[in-house]
Amino acid sequence: MKRTIFNNQLLPWLLLAPQLAITFIFFLWPAGQAVKQSFLSQDAFGINTTFVGLRNFTALLDSAEYLNSLKVTAVFAVSVTLVSMGVALLLAVSVDRMLKSSRVYTTLLVWPYAVAPAVAGILWWFIFNPTVGIMPYMLDMIGYDWNHVSSKSDAMILVVIASAWKQISYNFLFFVAGLQAIPASLREAAAIDGAGPVRRFFDITFPLLSPTTFFLLVVNIVYAMFETFAVIDSTTEGGPAQATNIMVYKVYFDGFVGQNMGSSAAQSVVLMLIVIALTIIQFRWVEKKVEY
Amino acid sequence: MIENRPGLTFLAHLVLIAGVVIVALPVWVAFVASTHGATDFMSGTIPMWPGPNLIANYSHMLDTGLSTSGTPPVGRMMFNSLIMALSIAIGKIAISMLSAFAIVYFRFPFRGLAFWCIFITLMLPVEVRIVPSFQVVAGLGLLNSYAGLSLPLIASATATFLFRQVFLTIPDELTEAARIDGAGPMKFFRDILLPLSRTNMAALFVILFIYGWNQYLWPLLITTDAQYYTIVAGIKRMADVVDGLPQWHLVMATAILAMLPPVAVVIGMQRLFVKGLVETEK
Repeated sequence: MKRTIFNNQLLPWLLLAPQLAITFIFFLWPAGQAVKQSFLSQDAFGINTTFVGLRNFTALLDSAEYLNSLKVTAVFAVSVTLVSMGVALLLAVSVDRMLKSSRVYTTLLVWPYAVAPAVAGILWWFIFNPTVGIMPYMLDMIGYDWNHVSSKSDAMILVVIASAWKQISYNFLFFVAGLQAIPASLREAAAIDGAGPVRRFFDITFPLLSPTTFFLLVVNIVYAMFETFAVIDSTTEGGPAQATNIMVYKVYFDGFVGQNMGSSAAQSVVLMLIVIALTIIQFRWVEKKVEY
Repeated sequence: MIENRPGLTFLAHLVLIAGVVIVALPVWVAFVASTHGATDFMSGTIPMWPGPNLIANYSHMLDTGLSTSGTPPVGRMMFNSLIMALSIAIGKIAISMLSAFAIVYFRFPFRGLAFWCIFITLMLPVEVRIVPSFQVVAGLGLLNSYAGLSLPLIASATATFLFRQVFLTIPDELTEAARIDGAGPMKFFRDILLPLSRTNMAALFVILFIYGWNQYLWPLLITTDAQYYTIVAGIKRMADVVDGLPQWHLVMATAILAMLPPVAVVIGMQRLFVKGLVETEK
């Protein structure tokens, strides 16, 4: 809170005007429309609109496709989070041992952050392409017949790898910062007491890293749920047989391709509630509670 | 490092080298593919070393592009992406600084309400309000325009919070001195706040430029005129071929070109990039 301020009543509103105008026109109004439409139903020609209460929502819960999408999203988000955070933590702990070479390694590891999810999808799609890709060729040598066009699990593995690959650099940077914030004296004391590197990691480093870990958990789940649309669209397009149809992809598909506005709006509202919950978790607990 | 264990250090090097290789693998494969001719993919085994067509493929894509996919030359799409990324980055920084200035340095009715309205945008990513946002932009006649590509993405709670933090750390004495010297609020903003937050602006610019360049869903929806395609959204249209195989060498050349500017920004301005990344998540 500032003690010294300017006494002007009109100027602050002029300063806020551009931000508030864009917020209202492109954020609050569309969000309100989505909420409104989620309670309405249009006939096949889009002429008559009737109020249907919660029917769009109950229809979602009855829809096998939507329940499948919920399950797919959960599997996808958890896998992406675990893979990218696991790899990043391993790399961060390794870099933490380095004195001179850490800067070089960091530079070589952070740049994928800048690669667009759509491009990341295209790259891995090419590598795993059943006819020309290098991975199916190598997997074939050990007797595995890779085909993400027909195999549901192969498709899921493909989108998880493509999404996790891009996120490693982000997690890596935050884990490195978290590791550097742990006082060396604690680990030195443990070393003097005879604890080996593995014991030190699990008893001292990892618990002290938990604020970073929890923060990254939330960020990665948000990333996997909302920012991977491009990965899905540039690789599997939700298929085969809905195996990678995550919730944001389904909203887009039902709304734009299927033209089912009521259902798409109801799905939007469900997604908004999830984002709100995740944001509250991030602000309430992650920032404060996990401290030693 | 706590104690000297050569074995463990060696293992750490191995892990890091493996990590670097895994991280670089897809880009290497794409780069190699982009240097070969169309026929090199017919044999079934993909080449592992660069071929002779590097300059031919890239200049072909930049100047003419893949006309069969209905996309303009890649040079044109990169120009569109640049305009979009710059408008988003500069626009977000400008309007966020102004709103943070209003919120920190003024007391006015409904100040808290204004703050909350901005805060709420955090919870409404474009992916969850796609259909109604599209309808609003279509209603305003902004389809196929640079304004339509950038304006709806310009509101930013994160940037506003960031500048609010920065302004809160600026000592009150500076404001008092400025007021005694007769400076009005806008002069104070221009001559004191702007110079003091220069590094924060630069760090934020790096992050927002990458964010803007990498937009996918939004440009895909609102551009139907090929003259406004951005490169990240255009790649997908090239890779989607109805019959036959995609022209891998040309698609991969486009992928490399699409990632070049943001990756160059991250590597060239690594310090600012890390600062921006850490600050925007606070």
